[in-house]
Amino acid sequence: MASGSESPRRRRHVALILLAIGLALPGYAVLVDEPFLVTLATRIVVLAVAAVSLDLILGYGGLVSFGHAAFVGIGAYAVGTGFFLDFNNDTLLGWDGSVDVLLIWPLGVLVAALVALAIGAISLRTRGIGFIMITLAFAQMLFFLVQSLRWQGDDSLALWGRSELPDFTGLDLNDTTTFYYVALACLVGFTWLCSRLVDAPFGRILQAGRQNEKRMRALGVAVDRHRLAAFVIAGAGGGLSGVLLANAAEFVGPAYLAWNRSGELIVMVVLGGMGTLVGPIIGAGALVMLEEYLAQVTEHWQIVLGPVLLLAVLFARRGILGLIEALPGDWMGRLRRWRARRSGDV
Amino acid sequence: MSTALFIEQSLNGFQLGVMLFLMAAGLTLVFGIMDLINLAHGSFYMVGAYLAATFARWLDHFLLGVLLALPAAALVGLIVDRVALRTLYRRDHLDQVLATFGLILFFNELVRLIWGPVPIPFDPPELLSGTVEVWPGVGYPAFRLAIIAVGLGVALGLWLLITRTRLGMRIRAGASNREMVTALGVNVPTLFTLVFALGAALAALAGAMRGPILAVEVGMGEEILILTFVVIVIGGIGSIRGALVGSLLVGLVDTFGRALLPDLFALMLHDASAASSVGASAASMSIYVLMAVVLAFRPRGLFPAHG
Repeated sequence: MASGSESPRRRRHVALILLAIGLALPGYAVLVDEPFLVTLATRIVVLAVAAVSLDLILGYGGLVSFGHAAFVGIGAYAVGTGFFLDFNNDTLLGWDGSVDVLLIWPLGVLVAALVALAIGAISLRTRGIGFIMITLAFAQMLFFLVQSLRWQGDDSLALWGRSELPDFTGLDLNDTTTFYYVALACLVGFTWLCSRLVDAPFGRILQAGRQNEKRMRALGVAVDRHRLAAFVIAGAGGGLSGVLLANAAEFVGPAYLAWNRSGELIVMVVLGGMGTLVGPIIGAGALVMLEEYLAQVTEHWQIVLGPVLLLAVLFARRGILGLIEALPGDWMGRLRRWRARRSGDV
Repeated sequence: MSTALFIEQSLNGFQLGVMLFLMAAGLTLVFGIMDLINLAHGSFYMVGAYLAATFARWLDHFLLGVLLALPAAALVGLIVDRVALRTLYRRDHLDQVLATFGLILFFNELVRLIWGPVPIPFDPPELLSGTVEVWPGVGYPAFRLAIIAVGLGVALGLWLLITRTRLGMRIRAGASNREMVTALGVNVPTLFTLVFALGAALAALAGAMRGPILAVEVGMGEEILILTFVVIVIGGIGSIRGALVGSLLVGLVDTFGRALLPDLFALMLHDASAASSVGASAASMSIYVLMAVVLAFRPRGLFPAHG
């Protein structure tokens, strides 16, 4: 099983390397004159927020939630609704909409968290297969709900711009690179928050509940209340991802809540290495890049992706991060010595 | 609501119910016996519809096409079981979800590759193209009546198989306590392979019969799969009786919800466009509300199978 309790040094190294890559990427994109790279990286970062949040309940809590895309969708729809009302001078229940980052982003996160509270309270009454199917069913319910919404006759909405930061920051999110760094900051902040949570007593109880629920109950620990809290935090993270997604794509539609989106989020978590927080980020990058690559090779790329997932599940149980961590010995040191030797040769 | 509309909607609900039962019966037994969650069950439904449509066109005979599609789908089920699922029995649910999710992607794309992205035509047989007067002045399509008849027939046959035969006894025993049954000398893997193939054939039957009413298209399996999940959660995982009750409940609630709720909201809201949109969304959510209510009172479903 994935061990989230110990946080090995190597995992921290991987996280730092990822962060360095993330920070340097826009510069690299300019250097090789591939501006599309920043758009692709933004997509990865945004989806990684959702994957990390799912890892909290999936990897640490051991609860297979198959409806996480619902929370992403709620965050996106909050942005879309605020934008729509503001643009059309319309009101909904007395609210006239907003495009202000400081108002609409927290609102999207909050609504996602509240919906997660309701869904979690009912779903956590079940275990195992039941939990999988119920979270899927609730996500599907929300999918149909937003599908019946109409923005001036259409079930999806193209935004005419991104949310606005307050003037004193001097930042414009419509700038691709600025938006990328804001999204990256959200990912780093949320991942840091989660890493503090899983090492705190709260996270220990969550993991202990996964390993031996009966014993935790016998010890008098209210496991379900911790699970619900984790579910709500994960929902909030999904909402944050959705808020970013709506802005990144400048589009909001029911497809964000489709059931296969939830499946893809699970794939990201497991492919990268669950119960590690860093793994899901790698998984998001791997899946997005794999899709991008396969789509270039063949129109029928899913016929390849399906079996790849199957094989990954069957043979790489601990994900990509697990493979990295299983590399022999002190590879960081070797890498350093190898580079020192090479620069010495030159 | 007039009598005519009531009868028509009841029959529609019933028809959806028996279709769902064909899906749910196989799936719930697979859950029950092997503790295996198979998302690709919807793919058998889709493959069944495509195969039936193709065979029917080749042979120019609807019934033969459907009858030929069933063993073919069962064979597909057997291959999937041998190649992909065998190794997953002992894995946790997460692995099963992921692997069968990969299978769905594979099957959807395979079907798109073979039959193309547009829905393929599949007409109901000439013989059943008319309507039947089921009540004085109330006509109902003969083909839909035939679906109900076949669905009820299969449900009855399945019920007899499960409750009245030695094989059925073993299946039930396997579903409620696998270890004990193994210890008593029943070959559970063989039993399971049988159940799995049967489930695939039943799903294919559902797909083949619903194909002419809806559309034979890629993605048709997922829609019904999620409805089937709702049925199984409501009925209780692993319980064939729960699957039957859950199917009919979901079929009727969904159908009547779609028929009644928009009118109901129109009465309450006085704003026609708002009412129709609220009513439509409420209608599509009705079965999930039903599921939430059932779970709030009976977390293990209406008929929990395991002790």
